[in-house]
Amino acid sequence: MGEKTPFDEMYNPDGSVREPYRALSEWLDEQPDKALALMQTDAEAIFRKLGITFAVYGSEEGTEKVIPFDVIPRIIAANEWRRLSKGIEQRVKALNAFLYDIYHRQEILKAGRVPEKLILNNEAFCPQMMGLEPAKGVYAHIIGVDIVRVGPDEFYVLEDNLRTPSGVSYMLEDREAMMLLAPDLFHRSKVAPVETYPENLRRTLESVAPEGFKGSSPNIAVLTPGIYNSAYFEHSFLADQMGAQLCEGPDLFVDGGKVYMRTTTGPEQVDVIYRRIDDDYLDPLTFRPDSMLGVPGLFDAYRAGNVTLVNAPGTGIADDKAVYTYVPDIVEFYLGEKALLQNVPTYNCTNEDQRAWVLENIHDLVVKEVHGSGGYGMMVGPTATKAMHAEFKKKIEARPDNYIVQPTLNLSTCPTHISGDVAPRHVDLRPYVLVGDEVRITPGGLTRVALKKGSLVVNSSQGGGTKDTWVLED
Amino acid sequence: MLGRTAANLFWLSRYVERAENMARLLEVGYRMSLTSRREGGASEHLVSMMQAAEVDEGFDAKHEVADVDTVAHYMMFDPDNPSSVFSCLQAARTNARSVRTAITGDMWESMNGAWLEFAQIKPRDVRGAKLLGLLQWVKQRSHEFRGALLGTILRDDGFNFLQVGNFVERADNTARILDMKYYVLLPRATQVGGDLDIQQWTLILRAASAHRAYRHVYHDRYKAQNIADFLILRPEMPRSLVYCASFVQQNLDNLGKLYGRKEKCQEAADSLLAMVEGTSMEAIFTDGLHEFLNEFIARNNRVTDALSESYNFY
Repeated sequence: MGEKTPFDEMYNPDGSVREPYRALSEWLDEQPDKALALMQTDAEAIFRKLGITFAVYGSEEGTEKVIPFDVIPRIIAANEWRRLSKGIEQRVKALNAFLYDIYHRQEILKAGRVPEKLILNNEAFCPQMMGLEPAKGVYAHIIGVDIVRVGPDEFYVLEDNLRTPSGVSYMLEDREAMMLLAPDLFHRSKVAPVETYPENLRRTLESVAPEGFKGSSPNIAVLTPGIYNSAYFEHSFLADQMGAQLCEGPDLFVDGGKVYMRTTTGPEQVDVIYRRIDDDYLDPLTFRPDSMLGVPGLFDAYRAGNVTLVNAPGTGIADDKAVYTYVPDIVEFYLGEKALLQNVPTYNCTNEDQRAWVLENIHDLVVKEVHGSGGYGMMVGPTATKAMHAEFKKKIEARPDNYIVQPTLNLSTCPTHISGDVAPRHVDLRPYVLVGDEVRITPGGLTRVALKKGSLVVNSSQGGGTKDTWVLED
Repeated sequence: MLGRTAANLFWLSRYVERAENMARLLEVGYRMSLTSRREGGASEHLVSMMQAAEVDEGFDAKHEVADVDTVAHYMMFDPDNPSSVFSCLQAARTNARSVRTAITGDMWESMNGAWLEFAQIKPRDVRGAKLLGLLQWVKQRSHEFRGALLGTILRDDGFNFLQVGNFVERADNTARILDMKYYVLLPRATQVGGDLDIQQWTLILRAASAHRAYRHVYHDRYKAQNIADFLILRPEMPRSLVYCASFVQQNLDNLGKLYGRKEKCQEAADSLLAMVEGTSMEAIFTDGLHEFLNEFIARNNRVTDALSESYNFY
């Protein structure tokens, strides 16, 4: 890395300011010395006071950290967003069609467009889902699509998150904080609102409720593993914003194929569960018997159509890193259209020629474990040590199917506040999509920023921060 | 509302109230120890304070000497003492975190802020005058939380669970603060009603933040009979047993009405209130103050047990 200058979202190569960033640039010029540093301090105080924290695994119990928040927003022009959201909508529709097919007739496997072995032997494939009819045919209701930018018109999808994508509370709180810290900057720009997300989430969840629920609107619960989960803040935040009940496994029970919560006035039936517990832990009777997090009998109630699980179990098969490489084919197969958003070129290590090439060029490549997440189990070639290159070579040779390999992308940079100065730092973007009776995409998303100079790793668990993301309106 | 949520709300406000009362008790013990006129008196007062709070056994297991430093540390900071201010605030904050959707942002920020500030304090820095300052701080944060509660939360079932927790705990603590007098021994040469006796009673008033209010009600010198009357039978005194018991009863009645049913816990609260309403100071002193208080604490505990059963606490 390093030969090529990355795409700078604020400045053209000639040093002039790109149009969407004009207001921001003027505003930055007007800020007196230390203004940004003061904002930064205020922001941290706000986040800590509100308890917007995440738990850090492996550190002392109860250690809660505030994710670093950068006070300079990332800006996306209206026309850029239109293109992106069209591509996103296409992608989530295709992925839901794919999930329906995989758990029913498996046409795409029969047609040989996706290898059967890849699906049926996959850990994320959930045989219990075969033949099940989810409400409105939707499997993945809540999706985060990770997108990176490498040029003015070049966006790549890095990853689809169809299981329990997190971070949406940061998107909302970042906006909240930004409005407190820099109201004058909002006055100069037309920023699309993100505050509609909780309302849209509620509408989405209501739209996929089982038919025949009692009462005027369905009873919605957010199912959390509990206060020690790293995303607990988000779980309680979303439940609160939606007016839904925040439940842990022991708060729910199944009786006669229906799910109830234990209330002060006795059992109350639950219609929709936005679960933030992984498939494996949902129901000890169907999945892992040793799990204490879930609800015994939940899956049977789901199969019986008495409760909707959001997202459906088994959606992980569509965001599997190995399946990812087939998404452009999946879009074509179900929608008969070319994919609007590009995938990052990905090498298949089970292919001998490709593997040989990968092993030779590993210092230039990014290697990711197929089932890894959060920046764990990955190696960024250009910044890794020789020892790590060797280690990952061995790993790939031992289990070629367990890794995907991609070129190191030169992620775009955004101006970022770094100890009193403004400097470019690499960013990615996770827009949030809701799929129910219709597809709802919140304009914006969570921009994650690598605070270390030159670093391409933006995960919060690896020291990354977040920024407010502004989609401009025409 | 989830039975767990109701339980968490009840305990959240109980723990906040308890933190405040531990601070009050410690303040009294500390002041008594400062003004003690006898050899070894300081330690004795501190120990009787811990007996009243029922933390003396836990203390004895860890410490040989009961002096201001060891006792203050045990009461304020020791995580092994489930009633220490540290433990109470931690438990309250954990409860608040699990029921964030059932409390308001203002309540959460007050609770979270108190916990974060307290966690910054280094125990070794808290001595002498600093100790009294910190005790004051604990009381203030408790007031702030209650203020946020009263000013912001919906008057629904959650509110009633919070209020019951608050006043069940306060009743328990007022009873214990009064009972402290039982454990404090008067030196042989002093008389009941003598200077030292009255001084001890006065500190008990102070522990209930009631020494000024006393004057408004009695227009009289400090007298044991009046002080006990004030903290037990006076309905206008917000920390008196009768006030707390009637408050608990009312809130349980509200809950019953809200849910449209009559619950066992309401009977328990009726019995608690009847005990303080159907008596007089003469009768209490004749039968024994300590015995009376013990019975009150036991009946108060029965309210909690019945409440958890009535509303599916788990």
